[in-house]
Amino acid sequence: MIFEEKYECMDRAALRALQGKRLCETVERAYHKVPFYKRKLDEIGLTPADIRGIEDIVKLPFTVKDDFRREYPFGLFSVPMKDIVRLHASSGTTGKPTVVGYTKGDVTTWGRCAARTLACGGGTADDILQNAYGYGLFTGGLGLHYGGETLGATVIPMSGGNSKKQLMLMQDFGTTLLSCTPSYALQLAEVAEEEGMDFKAFKLKAGFFGAEPWTEEMRIQIEQKLNLKAIDIYGLSEVTGPGVASECLEQTGLHVFEDHFYPEIIDPETGQPVAPGQQGELVFTCISKQAMPLLRYRTRDITSLIEEPCPCGRTSRKMRRVTGRTDDMLIIRGVNVFPSQIESVLMSVEGTEPHYVIVVDRSGTMDDLEIRVEVCRENFSDEVRKLEDLRQRIRHEIHSVLGLHATISLMEPKSIERSLGKAVRVIDSRATANKKA
Amino acid sequence: MKVKQVSVFLENRAGRMAEVARLLGENDINIRALSIADTANFGILRLIVNDVVRAENVFREAGFTVDLTDVIAIEVPDTPGGLASILDTLNQAGFSIEYLYAFVEKSAGKAVVVFRFEDTEAVLKVINTLGIRALTAEQVYAM
Repeated sequence: MIFEEKYECMDRAALRALQGKRLCETVERAYHKVPFYKRKLDEIGLTPADIRGIEDIVKLPFTVKDDFRREYPFGLFSVPMKDIVRLHASSGTTGKPTVVGYTKGDVTTWGRCAARTLACGGGTADDILQNAYGYGLFTGGLGLHYGGETLGATVIPMSGGNSKKQLMLMQDFGTTLLSCTPSYALQLAEVAEEEGMDFKAFKLKAGFFGAEPWTEEMRIQIEQKLNLKAIDIYGLSEVTGPGVASECLEQTGLHVFEDHFYPEIIDPETGQPVAPGQQGELVFTCISKQAMPLLRYRTRDITSLIEEPCPCGRTSRKMRRVTGRTDDMLIIRGVNVFPSQIESVLMSVEGTEPHYVIVVDRSGTMDDLEIRVEVCRENFSDEVRKLEDLRQRIRHEIHSVLGLHATISLMEPKSIERSLGKAVRVIDSRATANKKA
Repeated sequence: MKVKQVSVFLENRAGRMAEVARLLGENDINIRALSIADTANFGILRLIVNDVVRAENVFREAGFTVDLTDVIAIEVPDTPGGLASILDTLNQAGFSIEYLYAFVEKSAGKAVVVFRFEDTEAVLKVINTLGIRALTAEQVYAM
């Protein structure tokens, strides 16, 4: 089912016209209502009148995460507080959180976009959605919650954690749709196995997984273990939350709901647009948001756009799975390494569960790359030779993919921290190692 | 005549073996024989215990990776050259051994050695014709 066919299947030319109209209105409002944007446009001698259509978007300056911090807490809002009905904030790992606001209309639009997401994965009003994203300041929980209700589905507001109870209710209530982070989905599979529960006896048909990068190999594992269709979804609080883009049942890229969120791909070094289909940093402009117009926001996510039409009938462009972030890229002995590449290798080496952590340290002038991998029942052996073989295979594969030699450490299960939210996959101790030296 | 060995994956860190021993003690599990294969990176603990099912559950609940492995417990004359003659026989029969370790206790002038063969089933089929005495699981767990 397509939730909003009028927009999701809009003729491309009509869509472009709508995007242009909405962009002009957004720039007009941002310039006159948000001092931050007036300053930014004045600095480069740009006025709202210079923006006449969507093609003029490239003239606009970028907005970055730091701008949210500088304008903390409400500096980017374009409406008085009486019109703001909701606040969310993303956990700031350093300093103040990133704050976003919504008008009543924004909450409605967000709910409709999240409903489109669920419909993309086959969800209908007949479904029962178990929402295991965290509720609270994080947009995941309430975003999918409103999406489910807007769709007309039955929503179970579980939030994250309490896996045994999750599984019990999933079975007793006959949950058909699950939403959570992909790493939490795998944790649920693990707990189910410990409890001797079989997902074949469950009624799950689709799962909506996002909020952290994951891989095709991880999808295969999740689909096999949970016996459902695993849908990659995308969203970020600065733009709105979950409901920015979603895979359809084709699973060949995520439809961007570009009548609300206009996507661009730029070269992260130069800021220039890349050639169509090329990989680069994803940039979003919110062209319908009332509380917080957002111009050319740099997401730091690395992906590319697919222009070809999709067999599902939606006309919106698709973005490929996010392969990494410009800020989680590790440079190890001069080689660019994304944790997702390492994850891919681990998943492709038979029998390796995707519980791992990447440790980068420095001895002398050399960077040391260590990958700690958990030994599970499937890859364990009572023979040293077979476990050494496993280490060698991983080491060899890592070398052939990255061109780097890594130390592979086999770890006991559960020795690597499980997180309910975003998984911590990288420990980079090089900065402290330098200080010590 | 198959005997179940409890095989446990261990990280190579200080005090880990003591934790395992304590865990077994607290759960009334008696160790009959044990061996540890270790590398710089990890270790594999192999145990023969009085209660295999209980031991497996205890390890699993404590979060260890644990598996049961089929081994054969063979009686060896407790005299110089006793083990050598058994190994010669097995070697001549074409069986390859992955590893072996000895029991803590002895039975009436005999030593007992645990063998992990590459192909346990093949060994069991012919072991009686080789003049080698393998103990039953009941005999081993009750030793």
